[in-house]
Amino acid sequence: MAAMATLAGSAPGGIDTTDLKPGLADPVHDSQRVFRALLEAMARPGRPLQLEEGLDPPFPLDPATAAAVLTLCDHDTPLWIDWIADTPPVRAYFSFHCGCPLVERSQQAAFGLVSDAENMPRLGLFAQGLDKYPDRSATLVLQVPSLSEGLAVQLSGPGIDGRETLRAAGLPDWFWNDWRLNAAQFPLGVDIIMTSGRALVGLPRSIAAEG
Amino acid sequence: MTTASAEKTAENGAGEEGYNFAYLDEQTKRMIRRCILKAVAVPGYQVPFGGREMPLPYGWGTGGMQVTASIIGHDDTLKVIDQGADDTTNAVNIRRFFARTAAVDTTEVTAEASIVQTRHRVPEDPMTEGQILVYQVPQPEPLRKLEPREIECRKMHAYKEYGLMQVSLYEDIARFGEIATSYSYPVMVNDRYLMSPTPIPKFDNPKMHDFPALQLFGAGREKRIYAIPPFTKVKSLDFDDHPFEVQQWEENCALCGAEDTFLDEVILDDRGGKMYVCSDSHYCARRRAEGHRGTLSDSAAAAYAAAVGAADRPSEDGESAEWVT
Amino acid sequence: MYVAVKGGEEAILNSHKLIAEERRGDPAVPELTLTQIKEQMQIAVDRVMTEGSLYDRDLAALAIKQAQGDLVEAIFLLRAYRTTLTRFGETLPIDTAKMAVRRRISAAYKDLPGGQVLGPSYDYTHRLLDFALAAEEGAGEPQAEEAAETVAEAMPRVTEILNHEGLIEEEIALNDEEPVADLTREPMEFPADRDMRLQNLARGDEGFLLALGYSTQRGFGGNHPFAGEIRLGEVAVEFAPEELGFAIEIGEITVSECQMINQFAGSAERPPQFTRGYGLAFGHCERKTMAMALVDRALRARELDEVIEYPAQDEEFVLYHSDNVEASGFVQHLKLPHYVDFQSELQLIRSLRRRHTEETLEAAE
Repeated sequence: MAAMATLAGSAPGGIDTTDLKPGLADPVHDSQRVFRALLEAMARPGRPLQLEEGLDPPFPLDPATAAAVLTLCDHDTPLWIDWIADTPPVRAYFSFHCGCPLVERSQQAAFGLVSDAENMPRLGLFAQGLDKYPDRSATLVLQVPSLSEGLAVQLSGPGIDGRETLRAAGLPDWFWNDWRLNAAQFPLGVDIIMTSGRALVGLPRSIAAEG
Repeated sequence: MTTASAEKTAENGAGEEGYNFAYLDEQTKRMIRRCILKAVAVPGYQVPFGGREMPLPYGWGTGGMQVTASIIGHDDTLKVIDQGADDTTNAVNIRRFFARTAAVDTTEVTAEASIVQTRHRVPEDPMTEGQILVYQVPQPEPLRKLEPREIECRKMHAYKEYGLMQVSLYEDIARFGEIATSYSYPVMVNDRYLMSPTPIPKFDNPKMHDFPALQLFGAGREKRIYAIPPFTKVKSLDFDDHPFEVQQWEENCALCGAEDTFLDEVILDDRGGKMYVCSDSHYCARRRAEGHRGTLSDSAAAAYAAAVGAADRPSEDGESAEWVT
Repeated sequence: MYVAVKGGEEAILNSHKLIAEERRGDPAVPELTLTQIKEQMQIAVDRVMTEGSLYDRDLAALAIKQAQGDLVEAIFLLRAYRTTLTRFGETLPIDTAKMAVRRRISAAYKDLPGGQVLGPSYDYTHRLLDFALAAEEGAGEPQAEEAAETVAEAMPRVTEILNHEGLIEEEIALNDEEPVADLTREPMEFPADRDMRLQNLARGDEGFLLALGYSTQRGFGGNHPFAGEIRLGEVAVEFAPEELGFAIEIGEITVSECQMINQFAGSAERPPQFTRGYGLAFGHCERKTMAMALVDRALRARELDEVIEYPAQDEEFVLYHSDNVEASGFVQHLKLPHYVDFQSELQLIRSLRRRHTEETLEAAE
């Protein structure tokens, strides 16, 4: 098997690795820390967390966006990327560092990466899960211009002691209306990880939002 | 295949030679981590996961261990309890496993731990935001004893059809005058999913409600992960005319005098002599250190502690170093 | 004072020392070597590899030695090691039609292309204890004579011969689009497809499958099986690295295969036809493959519109209870302390008894 180990180390065919940006410096411990931030974010929805990881991902990805995808995606998770981020460097970045299959149709994706929030697809265009398997739904990594400015929305639900105020800029007009529909079909629906710079916020499907 | 090279470097992480940090390989951790996030997003729903064989037998905490291994990092401090005690063999063994494979700090002090892995108890000391409580789960399906078929149980959860459970509990009342379930007492989470709280005594059920810490549940053999986010509604099933009640003891803890803890019965002789002591060994030791006393004399308590081998152990210094051999 | 035993670190370490001592036995007796186990306990090694899901004779031998010959424990050791291995990819399916056959028998045809090859088997040994083996050096030199003619190159499977007339159902075509299930990486899901069922049975406990297979023969399941073909031999394992784009042979493994032929009355859509039951195992595990083939066929009840009324036909029952690592762990976990749960039950039963006594007294008044 020694020969195979050597083969496994080289890049699979078809990925242009020139100018490839580095991924997580310490894949084991960096991804553990990023995961704990993601877990904390999903367990305490609406509360922004700052990542320490100083990633330098390809345009237009923010460090938190790239860190979330690098931490959660691999061969088993089809990834959909929106049109602005769907560039050869971004494709090469995730193909090389995660090995995840990239899919054209949002419905096929386990993860959706949105870098242009204003023009994002409606939430219903992603996998919603099945009655018997609500876990088979998509998670969106939704990069927004800011997580400290923007319309204030009141969140409540599991993970929140009373209420939490979330401010996220750059979302389309229909977003919070779609979110109400998403929450109404609980336990089905998508989960969202909002990112901006090094900050991230969790928005699981169990959370109700009021304008 | 692209991640193979990444995992090579990972092996230098720490802990036992030849194994990855915290034993599991990175791909397995990622899979489990994704499942944990789904579990948090749908409180009380059992997420199926590709459980791995662990170096401990199924039924001995492999689910809790896989959850802990997937979340634990260098900065964590781990406490492991079994039946409330830090010093039972299985708890010692699991703590030893993580000290070896992840080289993390371990503690017996609930407040000092960032992660508490437990079998059959919720600690008596309150847990706080930022802490994580990981339960080892032998049977995640609350409906299993009523309906052995997975296909049927899954349907009941999908359509929130829990009549079977209500009927079963009511039959208890008709037959015994009360609900004859003293542990694994079923709860509704967030008004949606019926959930098994694992075989914790029903005494601990109320603690789960509005709990400030994140609660994660891992069932290794049955390959399910579920979760209760902090501050989530958890209601023990009951009826208007038969409200849920927890166990009560007429006695107090013989060692620390606690009146409101779960007590283990200790048999003293073969003539019916017995006493009651806190099941949470750390909680009891802390209260004694603070000067609380039960009915047992100090010398008798010391003899008991010596026999049990740990109750009044002053500190854990050097302990984890000793384990990494 | 008598107290409940609460063990600690020291007790665990001492227990490890004691078991090591037991394992070694009398130090005056030379220690077993892995080569001895590998060479002279081959069938034990094969079973451990099969149910341990890892083809590695050396590691299986080590596991058997470490487990003091407790095969279920050895299987567990191998599984726990296997789970830490990096996955390079999937090999191509092995082709048992191209097997270098050492044994091949059919109970369905007396004579068939390629012929019957008895090969190594205990089948026709008289089960008389061989006291020559009890003596040191008792086994002596190999005695098998070389065959006068070589085994035929082409050995078509019996099921393929039947297939010419359409008397047996087609083998389910491999669908490259759909990945084969792997329950070492994903949980079982019900209803379970045949790929997942077969993987579960291949890893399943031989004793459990033997009993279930037997139950179908005794009427707890409507099988009428014929051992269409059983073969043992070596097959090539091929792997196609993504970078190369073509397959290369990376080694050779020994497998046992059993194709059971079963009666089937037919249905509205299908004419009467024989149906298949399939068993495959690493190494020389013939009994296992036969039992597996019987249970595989029984589990196809749903697919063939048969009434499901017996344990061997019930996929949740079979698949959830076949794994001896899971079963052994959960049965033995009852050794772990259950003080808290037991205490809860004590409280409950005292309360119920009190209530019972009060009610009896009231009734008496």
